[in-house]
Amino acid sequence: MAWLSIQKKLSGRKRALLILISFLLPLILWSTISYVPFLWHPMMEITSEGDSLYLEKGQRVKRKVFDRENKRLAAGGENQMAGVRANPVYLPAPHQVFVAAYTSFKSKPRRPGDPWLHQSLAHSVRVVFYGFLLSSLFGVPLGIFCGVFDFFSKLFEPFFEFFRYMPAPVFGALAVAVLGINDSPKIAIIFIGTFFQQVLVIANTTRQLPPSLVEAAQTLGARGWTLLKKVVLPAIAPSVFLDMRILLGWAWTYLIVAEVIGTSTGITWFINQQAKYRIYENVYAAILMIGIIGLGTDMILAWIGRNLFVWNGGKRNGLFQFLVELFYGSRHETFSFTRTKYFNHEYDTATEL
Amino acid sequence: MNTIPLPNYKEQSPAVADRFRRLKERRVILEAERVGKIFPVENGDIQALADVSFKAYRREFLSVIGPSGCGKSTLIRILAGLESATAGKVLLDGQMVEKPGPERGMVFQGYTLFPWLTVKKNVMFGLEVAGKGQAEPEALQWIEMVGLGEFVNHYPDQLSGGMKQRVAIARALANRPRVLLMDEPFGALDAQTRARMQSYLMQIWRNVDITIIFITHDLDEAVYLSDRILVLDANPGTVREMIEVPVPQPRSPEQHLSPEFLATKAHIESLIHSQHENEDDLPIIRLTQVNDDVF
Ligand SMILES: Nc1ncnc2c1ncn2[C@@H]1O[C@H](COP(=O)(O)OP(=O)(O)OP(=O)(O)O)[C@@H](O)[C@H]1O
Ligand SMILES: [Mg+2]
Repeated sequence: MAWLSIQKKLSGRKRALLILISFLLPLILWSTISYVPFLWHPMMEITSEGDSLYLEKGQRVKRKVFDRENKRLAAGGENQMAGVRANPVYLPAPHQVFVAAYTSFKSKPRRPGDPWLHQSLAHSVRVVFYGFLLSSLFGVPLGIFCGVFDFFSKLFEPFFEFFRYMPAPVFGALAVAVLGINDSPKIAIIFIGTFFQQVLVIANTTRQLPPSLVEAAQTLGARGWTLLKKVVLPAIAPSVFLDMRILLGWAWTYLIVAEVIGTSTGITWFINQQAKYRIYENVYAAILMIGIIGLGTDMILAWIGRNLFVWNGGKRNGLFQFLVELFYGSRHETFSFTRTKYFNHEYDTATEL
Repeated sequence: MNTIPLPNYKEQSPAVADRFRRLKERRVILEAERVGKIFPVENGDIQALADVSFKAYRREFLSVIGPSGCGKSTLIRILAGLESATAGKVLLDGQMVEKPGPERGMVFQGYTLFPWLTVKKNVMFGLEVAGKGQAEPEALQWIEMVGLGEFVNHYPDQLSGGMKQRVAIARALANRPRVLLMDEPFGALDAQTRARMQSYLMQIWRNVDITIIFITHDLDEAVYLSDRILVLDANPGTVREMIEVPVPQPRSPEQHLSPEFLATKAHIESLIHSQHENEDDLPIIRLTQVNDDVF
């Protein structure tokens, strides 16, 4: 089968290969720049300072500066410096970052009392979680109501449409003034950033519901609340679930803003701190952590989605079934059906016919 | 074009006359009284239906046929209560029809099974909504009846088009509706599947106390299945004629070639055709070079 065919899914092996490549490509690019000396390496890392007065061993300087200084030293008959080509300090090599990703968890904060990396991460996750939870608690039902009832749509959506253009960060100062300097204003920023989009996105998803499904249910006797619960909700559930995954990503992007208002906390604080110490490996390691947490959460959610919406092309996984039964007890589907030829109404038509 | 008259089988055959006399002695289940429908649109109104009246009797199979856009779907949606008439009224057992309800089952042209429910759960839907106990065994019986006993735990996406429509029929019937409304239910099926579905439907209809209103644009299908056929004119949709199909019941495929069958078909065809009387005046467009000598 060809690699490129319109609207056709690739085979499992090809997909796995491409997924691998999509991660490998940037890594290879990064590695090449880091390890192949002549591609970029605009700096010289000084290995021996010679008789230079102002440059020291271990420093990284531009090659031009290095050459000029050496020329000056040579002209004065002094010992020249030695150095190797290097990348700027803000671009550490992959292995440095991976090592840092490990050691930064292990290394004590420089100032006693400061949080460890894992504490910073946990703090961030907590803020995103509560912000997103709070937003979803109100946003999802409201979005669905807006999508189903024109009444709510016209009552809320125009204002939300207007409000969502105000970037959430501009409410930072206000949130601090109202909610103090703890986590509350941060959660509020994530809420503001997510909520309005959430209502609009979910309302739109709900409006995609094919009216024929609702009509079919109506001709089967479903009305009002039953119609909402038994038709609208299950019909839109997979799309809403997908929306939620995307919205969670947005919530993470607001985190970085949220964490610098009031007192700086969480992963943003850690990153800024490490940048201040110029330990860029740790900066990259922390950024990588965010990516891993984000992707990990999304993959778990996708997996749950596939198991939850089996009818939508997913399939139920043994582990999932196990977990469900662990929490809810076994609900085995048993059906015993009696084979009856034809089902007859009790006719009283015989007389009429 | 003139219409081809239908020979008066009632006068010729006492059996046929007797059949329709007895049909009309039955109780009226569904009645449309001068139903009209106007859709307001931006550039004026669309009169989709005007003055449509008819009665459907108990256990009757009534087809509605007419050119595309003549308002068949609109009519059946009004009967279902999914659309409200702008004039006239619809009565079910003498009661005004205003909104959709379980006593009027409907099978749509498109597939409207609930994709998140298995076949069994789809069929159980109406029973569960009504809060009936014993929903499951009853649903399974209906699934057996449409011959899908092996597929109870399949999801709709795993079924073929014909199977989906059979489930849709089972789902509607499980509610024990008074009337089954069907809007071109087999329109999307191939000829063989369609023929099979027709015999399924005939069997069900014979075994269940139900009145069927059946929309189709397939003349064969209409004549083969129906007791009577309501022919509609277009623009606006009005009743052209109510045809009493003289082909004896119960029907079997061989009857497709019986003289009554062919005469009825020819008659309806001429009725529908006579609606575009100016067909001969159509401009002739030649897209390729043709040699007139062959004529
Ligand atoms: N919701 C609507 N708004 C405006 N006009 C409509 C609407 N529904 C139907 N119509 C119009 O009413 C007329 C009848 O439509 P309808 O769908 O009932 O035709 P039909 O007989 O079922 O056609 P077909 O055989 O192609 O299914 C058409 O002219 C159509 O444009
Ligand atoms: Mg139609």
